[in-house]
Amino acid sequence: MRKKIVLNFPPRTVTKPITYHLVKDYDLIINIIHAKIERGETGVLVIEVKGKKEKFLEAVSFLEKQGIKVQLLAQDIDLDIDKCVECGLCTGVCPTQALYLDDEWHIGFDKDKCILCENCVQACPTRSISLKI
Amino acid sequence: MSFKKTVEEINEKIKRGQAVVVTAEEMVDIVKSEGVKEAARKVDVVTTGTFGPMCSSGAFINFGHTNPPLKFFEVYLNEVQAYGGIAAADVYIGATQPSEDRGIEYGGAHVIEDFVAGKPISISAYNKWPTDCYPNTELESLVNKETVNEAFLFNPRNAYQNYAAATNSSNKTLRTYMGILLPNYGNVTYSTSSQLSPLLKDPEYRTLGIGTRIFLGGTIGYIAWQGTQHNPQRKRDENGIPLGPAGTIALIGNLKEMSTRYIRAATYTGYGCSLFVGVGVPIPILDEDIAYKAGLSDEQIKTLILDYAVASNSRPVVKEVTYAELRSGWVEIKGKKVKTAPLTSYVRSREIAETLKNWIREKKFFLTEPVAPLPKDTVFKPFTPYRKGAE
Ligand code: SF4
Ligand code: SF4
Repeated sequence: MRKKIVLNFPPRTVTKPITYHLVKDYDLIINIIHAKIERGETGVLVIEVKGKKEKFLEAVSFLEKQGIKVQLLAQDIDLDIDKCVECGLCTGVCPTQALYLDDEWHIGFDKDKCILCENCVQACPTRSISLKI
Repeated sequence: MSFKKTVEEINEKIKRGQAVVVTAEEMVDIVKSEGVKEAARKVDVVTTGTFGPMCSSGAFINFGHTNPPLKFFEVYLNEVQAYGGIAAADVYIGATQPSEDRGIEYGGAHVIEDFVAGKPISISAYNKWPTDCYPNTELESLVNKETVNEAFLFNPRNAYQNYAAATNSSNKTLRTYMGILLPNYGNVTYSTSSQLSPLLKDPEYRTLGIGTRIFLGGTIGYIAWQGTQHNPQRKRDENGIPLGPAGTIALIGNLKEMSTRYIRAATYTGYGCSLFVGVGVPIPILDEDIAYKAGLSDEQIKTLILDYAVASNSRPVVKEVTYAELRSGWVEIKGKKVKTAPLTSYVRSREIAETLKNWIREKKFFLTEPVAPLPKDTVFKPFTPYRKGAE
């Protein structure tokens, strides 16, 4: 299975090598999509996890024991190209350029770059972007 | 040697299938590679196109008379209030009106789009002042574009000539009709098809005017009048291009013939509804000056970036930029690289210019001379309260 999750770290756990444990102890493949971790503050880590389902569930309870809040993310941003008018307005609020205008001025979406911030959902005037759970 | 063509001569060429018709983008390349003299000689028509949100839009619809007759003094279409204070059964539905039940997520623009799509629309109408000739007080029903009489789009202010771009210097997010503006110059938005935009390609209104036949919403429409807030006297550059919003046009066309590809509802979060309207104006190339201006490129067309953090009708200018810079995706503001994003669909604007080009080539569309020119001397005033003795 493959899931995107958000980890909310209380200040004291931030320095612990969490991702190391996920890889080593639970055989998970981790892809860090977005990280905002500062010393002494609550940290946020958005990761994509690939691996066996049982291992993933064990990993989640491990994380929760560490005082980390685990939140499953809506899997993907969905762009309804039939509703979309290809204005490009969403590209201006997308922090990672996951949404972009190509050379021919068509809208493009690079799923791998998306950090699921949902900025585009609000910004799209034709309501063509939604969260696919 | 300078020479002139007439609209009549060009129409003859269209009839004979000999007219050279190109889009405004193609004209940019032709002028660049072959020079303006050759471009003017060779090209007969340049087609423009724009597909962007145009708030000042709406439609007149006549629903026919009920029996007994009713004046539609208070009228709702899909729970969106429309205006019925004209003759009975005539109604104007405005694009930005929010609905009673869904607010700005569904408004007048959405009613217009659904109407164009042929969907059933609920109508409820009331009259608190029944009369001998209009005794009915209430109506609730469903209608669609087949059941009504006339339905025409009548947009008082469209195709703004050089609308200014927007940014936000404040430290909080602004939600505006220019989209979401992120704090601390987090982005810049702009609303034009620039080198494809009708009023930027005939900046001094030499060929277009009242009565000009155009592409509107996927069908044939007309320029009805100068648009509201038409402001021809704005400062212009050496090419006659105004720096910032100037001319506007009021447009009219048969709503029943339009297509949802070119008439689409929009909701700008925190602001309200608007309507994407597809507009394309053909420019007959009558002389070199017209050819030169129709061939101006994004490198040559400039606009202003305004700071929307200042909620005033004279927002401070942050920077002057070319459309080439805006369309590159990034501009520099105060040493910072800032992402730019359009509100107008460039690819669909191009599609409109292409469609209009094909209509002319296929002899489905002929050019018109304006019945009257757009005024060049009107002044756009801010709200001015009347004061006794001030006149
Ligand atoms: S803002 Fe919406 S309509 Fe515009 S390009 Fe993005 S998804 Fe399409
Ligand atoms: S959710 Fe955020 S990162 Fe993903 S496409 Fe939308 S704006 Fe970009």
